[in-house]
Amino acid sequence: MARAITTQRKIINTTAAWTIGLLIFFPILWTILTSFKTEAQAISDPPVFLAFDWTLENYGVVLERSNYGRFLWNSIIIAGGSTILGILIAVPAAWSMAFVPSKRTKDILLWMLSTKMLPAVGVLYPIYLLFIKLGILDTRTGLVIVIMLMNLPIIVWMLYTYFKEIPGEILEAARMDGATLKEEVLHILTPMAIPGIASTLLLNFILAWNEAFWTLNLTAAKAAPLTAFIASYSSPEGLFYAKLSAASTMAIAPILVLGWFSQKQLVSGLTFGAVK
Amino acid sequence: MGHITLSQVTKSFGDVNVIPPLDLEINEGEFVVFVGPSGCGKSTLLRLIAGLEDVTSGHIAIDGQDATEVPPAKRGLAMVFQSYALYPHMTVRKNIAFPLRMAKLDQAVQDKKVEDAARVLNLTDYLDRRPGQLSGGQRQRVAIGRAIVREPAAFLFDEPLSNLDAALRVNMRLEISELHKQLDTTMIYVTHDQVEAMTMADKIVVLRAGNIEQVGSPLELYRRPQNKFVAGFIGSPKMNFLTGATAAAYDAQTIGIRPEHLEVSRDSGDWKGVVGVSEHLGSDTFFHVPVPDSDDPLTVRASGEVDLKRGEEIFLTPIQEHLHRFDAQGLAIR
Repeated sequence: MARAITTQRKIINTTAAWTIGLLIFFPILWTILTSFKTEAQAISDPPVFLAFDWTLENYGVVLERSNYGRFLWNSIIIAGGSTILGILIAVPAAWSMAFVPSKRTKDILLWMLSTKMLPAVGVLYPIYLLFIKLGILDTRTGLVIVIMLMNLPIIVWMLYTYFKEIPGEILEAARMDGATLKEEVLHILTPMAIPGIASTLLLNFILAWNEAFWTLNLTAAKAAPLTAFIASYSSPEGLFYAKLSAASTMAIAPILVLGWFSQKQLVSGLTFGAVK
Repeated sequence: MGHITLSQVTKSFGDVNVIPPLDLEINEGEFVVFVGPSGCGKSTLLRLIAGLEDVTSGHIAIDGQDATEVPPAKRGLAMVFQSYALYPHMTVRKNIAFPLRMAKLDQAVQDKKVEDAARVLNLTDYLDRRPGQLSGGQRQRVAIGRAIVREPAAFLFDEPLSNLDAALRVNMRLEISELHKQLDTTMIYVTHDQVEAMTMADKIVVLRAGNIEQVGSPLELYRRPQNKFVAGFIGSPKMNFLTGATAAAYDAQTIGIRPEHLEVSRDSGDWKGVVGVSEHLGSDTFFHVPVPDSDDPLTVRASGEVDLKRGEEIFLTPIQEHLHRFDAQGLAIR
């Protein structure tokens, strides 16, 4: 009896989970499918799901028309650079807030997070002017800096939560054992926080990869990453859904693969500390 | 090595003064126990000596050198924490070797010292395990091993046995005492357990609200407590206190008598009472006897052979030379 109920519940839960999962994934699936259609089939009404003439033509056109490799390389540099730079800044910041908190630590954390509540467009103008002044408009350096700054609050928050889980006594023991601050961070804190740091790295790489507002507004030709590559196919010269989809698929493929292989790390990282 | 002097040490956290000006002398090779109820500042005091907290004012000297501003690692002290504080990502071997690695000793010297410590602590078979694969007692030994290899001027123990079960605690108590005899190094040990204090210490420091209530050998504290607090804190079961007319008869505000210093008789004696709850431990029996001038029933320790029924009327007589008298401030009257 009890077993029947559990089996039944399992089926319901599984079905529900798959339904929600497919619902969320559907737009991505549709994009991928559309990328294999002809332009006519892409806008046909009623839409065709699988019964169309599969073609790789769109990919051919896209690869011919734009330099995918350059966009990809820019994306890797910008996402990777901003993530690494962010971690380097965030580890000491999170360390100090987690282990030597002051009366205002909570306020600082909240204040840092509150910058994420501001719509990015609100600071577009000043940042644009700054970029012109500094001569870093349409450079990878400029984007690495601005995207790092945008994600820094999240990196600090995530690391802070992980560090908080590490008992202070262990760090004190290291101090008693003669470790300098550098050795303490290097030999004790970092190895213990590796799972947390890895999840933070991953999540921020993904966030930076998908970032579109700043990358579209602050780049033109030289530093444009994959987001700009996609955008270039939603051009005023007319809508080419199939080609746009092919570009999108090519842009999200690397991050999709990365996410697939690291999903275990991501899930455990994001639920870290929730269950003790 | 291992002479520690605290002079006029104070510690405040914000507006809260945890340690009022305090002086203490810890001699070379002594086993000193800081004991007191929770929140009495005993752990804070230990952390001040370790250097994990900064003193607000006053001075700490280790072997004649002013160590007040010296960082923890440079004080030559080793600490064993309540939670053991082992490094979870390192094997036992690496845990024990960590202080040696930080001191940049030769690998060969490190290995030798780790092997030696492991042998002393019966950890040789566990050197390649991680802390997570060890029992509580083994973890405790690793923590001690990590302290031993440094050959410190003094060992600091912060309630090291409170996470162990009762049987293991007794074992570890003996092991630590044995270690002290072997190494002959100063040890400072913090506990709230007066049994640990009595059994292990050369010198007990009883603390209350950051103040030192009394310093002395276990038996000094047991026999001649300077005040009511120490009298009540040291000894198990705790001392009985009587006030009112009973105390006035002895020219005191309060009198105290330990359970083992009361004579029981069915026929005659100083104080009359009726037997309440009895606790039979086999070797001893503790009777709880309500009497008029005491808030709590008097605890009486009798031989396990004595058989008194609940409700039975008995007489209690304090052994005069073991009776403690206290004035209105709670200080002992001698």
